[in-house]
Amino acid sequence: MTTYWEIFVAFFIPGILGYGGGPASIPLVENEVVDRYGWMTVQEFSEVLALSNSLPGPIATKMAGYIGYEVGGVLGSFIGVFAAVAPSLIIMILLLGFLLKYKDSPKVKRLTLYIRPVIAILLGVMAWRFFQESYVDIGIWQTALIAVASYLLMERLKFHPAFVIIGAFVYGGFFL
Amino acid sequence: MKIHWDIFMAFFRVGMLGYGGGPASIPLIQKEVVGKYKWMSDEEFGDILAMGNTLPGPIATKLAGYIGYRVRGLWGMINAVLATTVPTIILMIVLLRSLSSIKDFDWVQGMTAAVIPVVGVMLAVLTWQFIDKAVGGMGWLQTGIMSIFIFILLQFMNVHPGIVIAALLIIALLKKDTSKKEKDTGSKEGDPS
Repeated sequence: MTTYWEIFVAFFIPGILGYGGGPASIPLVENEVVDRYGWMTVQEFSEVLALSNSLPGPIATKMAGYIGYEVGGVLGSFIGVFAAVAPSLIIMILLLGFLLKYKDSPKVKRLTLYIRPVIAILLGVMAWRFFQESYVDIGIWQTALIAVASYLLMERLKFHPAFVIIGAFVYGGFFL
Repeated sequence: MKIHWDIFMAFFRVGMLGYGGGPASIPLIQKEVVGKYKWMSDEEFGDILAMGNTLPGPIATKLAGYIGYRVRGLWGMINAVLATTVPTIILMIVLLRSLSSIKDFDWVQGMTAAVIPVVGVMLAVLTWQFIDKAVGGMGWLQTGIMSIFIFILLQFMNVHPGIVIAALLIIALLKKDTSKKEKDTGSKEGDPS
């Protein structure tokens, strides 16, 4: 019972605080799942994140569904998705008419704006921890090589992340 | 029954084709909802999208759920959310399960080690996008000062991010919109995405 409640809390908080859509909730999910409840290590979380990024569909619910399933089976998966989706959806349905009236108000705009630096810091710290973990694991040269290559492929040559992940799998399978 | 089938297929396609998470599926949703099934006008969709962006939480399910609700009430909503989320979650579970069952092989460990820096790069790119949007909305100076302050709170004082976010939301709502000028720049610079 406690577990189900924890699953609910772990995904309710990112759902209700993740301003900026699914990606904004990634570091918030990590905060609950790795730091607070210790359901996963940084390494395991990175695998989940890598796969979420290369599969189609909304990212926040994919993580909620998968982690909920790992922790509490099918019911856990359902609770995770429900906690991630329901609060903001209910607010949307109840308040849409009211909010539309104020959508140009500076107050409403500031809501999203003020949260952005927080999400940026959380994401930046997470990125740093991933690089650090990789540095400890496979050394600085391999880490730098893979990071630079994947940056160039994804951001400059606009390769789809799924192909870059598959490429990294192949490289790692043979050379690491 | 036909309409439920339409809702399911519309959001199933969006879920299965939306590579790149929620935001990537927005144009796909528009194509289905406005273009194919004509459940609403472009303008209505724009309004819903604007509100969806202002509220917290995953964007794709907020849009799917709301549109499902508009088309067919509570069951339409449940149908749309399930169609968006369930197929990809099942894929995740199956793939990660098969990966972990072969986890002890050396080559699999090499594979998972190689993925970590890739995810690091993805996160770094996302970080930059959020900083860029913040700077677009309130300039370098304010973004910089806020970021340093937030960094200290989160990393050195170990404040839960939820508390920091809640505090900022309260400040955003309580701050007075004094001059007309501020309002104008606010709406001009405010980034609608």
